[in-house]
Amino acid sequence: MLTKEQPSPTLLEQAPKTISGAEATLLALLEEGVDTIFGYPGGAIIPIYDALYDFKEQLNHVLVRHEQGGIHAAQGYARSSGRVGVVFATSGPGATNLVTGLADAQIDSTPLVCITGQVFAHLLGTDAFQETDIINITTPVTKWNYQVTDASEIPEALAKAFYIARSGRPGPVLIDITKNAQQQKFEFPGYTPCSHIRSYRPKPIVRPEYITQAAALINQAQRPFVLWGQGVILGAAEKEFQAFIEKSGIPSAWTILGDSAIPNDHPLNVGMLGMHGNYGPNVLTNECDVLIAIGMRFDDRVTGRLDKYAKQAQIIHLDIDPTEIGKNVAVTVPVWGDCKETLPLLTELVEAKTHDEWLGRFRDYLAQEVEAVIQEELFPTSEELTMGEIVQQLNELTGGEAIIVTDVGQHQMVACRYANFKKTRSNITSGGLGTMGFALPAAIGAKFGAPERPVVAIIGDGGFQMTIQELGTIMQTGVDVKIMIFNNQFLGMVRQWQELFNDRRYSFVNIASPDYVMVASGYGIAGQRVSERVDLRPAIQRMLEHPGSFLLEVMVTKENNIFPMVPQGCSVAEIRLR
Amino acid sequence: MSQQPIDRQEYNITAYTENQVGLLNRIAIIFSRRKINIESLNVSPSEIEGIHRFNIVIHETEEVVAKLAGQIEKQVEVLKVYYNTNDDVIWQEMALYKVPTDIIAEKALVERLLRENGARAVVIRKDYTVFETTGHREETDNLIKVLQPFGLIEFVRSARIAIIKGSEGFNRKLREFERTEPSPEVAENEYLNSRDKVFTM
Repeated sequence: MLTKEQPSPTLLEQAPKTISGAEATLLALLEEGVDTIFGYPGGAIIPIYDALYDFKEQLNHVLVRHEQGGIHAAQGYARSSGRVGVVFATSGPGATNLVTGLADAQIDSTPLVCITGQVFAHLLGTDAFQETDIINITTPVTKWNYQVTDASEIPEALAKAFYIARSGRPGPVLIDITKNAQQQKFEFPGYTPCSHIRSYRPKPIVRPEYITQAAALINQAQRPFVLWGQGVILGAAEKEFQAFIEKSGIPSAWTILGDSAIPNDHPLNVGMLGMHGNYGPNVLTNECDVLIAIGMRFDDRVTGRLDKYAKQAQIIHLDIDPTEIGKNVAVTVPVWGDCKETLPLLTELVEAKTHDEWLGRFRDYLAQEVEAVIQEELFPTSEELTMGEIVQQLNELTGGEAIIVTDVGQHQMVACRYANFKKTRSNITSGGLGTMGFALPAAIGAKFGAPERPVVAIIGDGGFQMTIQELGTIMQTGVDVKIMIFNNQFLGMVRQWQELFNDRRYSFVNIASPDYVMVASGYGIAGQRVSERVDLRPAIQRMLEHPGSFLLEVMVTKENNIFPMVPQGCSVAEIRLR
Repeated sequence: MSQQPIDRQEYNITAYTENQVGLLNRIAIIFSRRKINIESLNVSPSEIEGIHRFNIVIHETEEVVAKLAGQIEKQVEVLKVYYNTNDDVIWQEMALYKVPTDIIAEKALVERLLRENGARAVVIRKDYTVFETTGHREETDNLIKVLQPFGLIEFVRSARIAIIKGSEGFNRKLREFERTEPSPEVAENEYLNSRDKVFTM
């Protein structure tokens, strides 16, 4: 018998609960399946951190050392796991420190939800302490952003944020919550995930006529060539992609963000595109008759000079974002859609073929590249160590199982060129924005996103010093990240350009380093420095076998250049081997 | 200065959007990021309650306009974007002119000029009179020239508003947008649709 004094337990659950905006925020995260948050507290986000105190068991909060480190860590998490990365930061400087990471995530299509605290709603626009107009500051670098000034908006705002961040072409979303909204108690109606916004179409219904046209073009092609990008990975379409190229027998090359979608030793994987990509894929872009671009956006670092790019070819472009189709390169057949859906339709219609002679041309060019560049880079006869041989040793010792996170510059190009990946989501790097300082925090996040996989950060001596403070995050969390510094005592990529294009006028590219091993030791992280070939392999072995994080600094030859190279303003066919 | 391509002309961009704080900025930066000047911008209600209508005028090539329209439509809170040349729309701008009343009253010529230019007095005071005209740019511009010799005190012109000649309005489209599973029509992209003509085998 139910009485007023003893209401039914189910009725109690159904009755609307009165909770704070801060609690509603955390409940929303739990409903979205969030397990890890990268953040840094501050005055305007204290109510959310106060609520977090009671959610410590369900939500793992990683305290970073700088908000930029926090957002790069969330990017690493998203890239290694395929889930939405979550960041907390306070108002003012906390929020503005996210801007570089937002820009990076926007251009590299990384799903993030960033939650920033904001001053009380009644203080907006008064230059209050730590007030900054973060909505307007971040508008160009977010897929969507929204300011919450009333707690009752929180469940819907966060539901939309997660839906927008991960659907369609993913991207970063920022939700700015004023302090009063975090504190305010309201009747929580429960959380409903978002699955439809009337003004937002994440992906289209695939038009069969374009699939038919694309297949017809592919079937009559003599020298078809596939370029793929990160869209294959973001769409979780690696299997569909592999099935497509295997049936059609088409040689395929990748942009650096597309790397690792299929193994590097796959017989149809002909290598890397772009400025420092492989010789064959660049030269033969201007000789193929049908170019099939899948989930890539013809970035200028990939195309070189546009008016001399693949002019002879019919171009098929598969992309989920219609504004990318025809943006840089005129397209013969647009295939607008999610490649997870379009690729199987295309595979069904293409004829099973091999293109042995055409594929052989890629091998011929590779042989030339090996002779001119790769052999000496990976197995040097010179006394000093090369970046390439370190990556080669790492390949052998990890068996291609590791996630490699790179920063920006020469070491990045070497790692992307020579890393031998076996699994998807193994290559994490800042592609579009080229953000130095990305690698160390991104590697921390990548490890949280894929704890079962070894994570190796490869960083130059310049980039490492940009976010070196995140060693503190490693120390405090005990996360297992292997850090390799390729130290050439220069800002190497700029130095290379100054050597090649500015008469060796080395303007401010000499960069001094602290004793990194000692710095690491100050953070309780084991380390070693090597400069002799004989020590290299044992040191990498030691690093990989070490329980917990390890820093390995490798002194490499100072003035090595990355080749091949498509100089800026040149066509891909004008790629230089030396 | 580089020479401007000759195929640049005025385009009228019409965007149907949600009524959301910050959306104006999100749309404006699509132009300013590319250093494209907005010639005229008007935001108003549309035929549907709660849906706003942006009218934007720019002077550009069709290729650029098509890309800009795509970028605008990509914004989460934008439902649909159209772009049209001046021939495809009915458009109007409104202008106000403030002139000293004594001159108007004294000179019969002025009254005739105002009449010829379709101007209408909105306010008549002892010291000044405000006239209004509505029309195309040349018409509102012309009256400035006419009134200048008679001591034009103040002039202001509104943004352009434009109705698309071939449009059936947005009501039916909106119903499609509101469906969780949109029909192919809604999922289509006008810029890609025109590709039919491009493809040849």
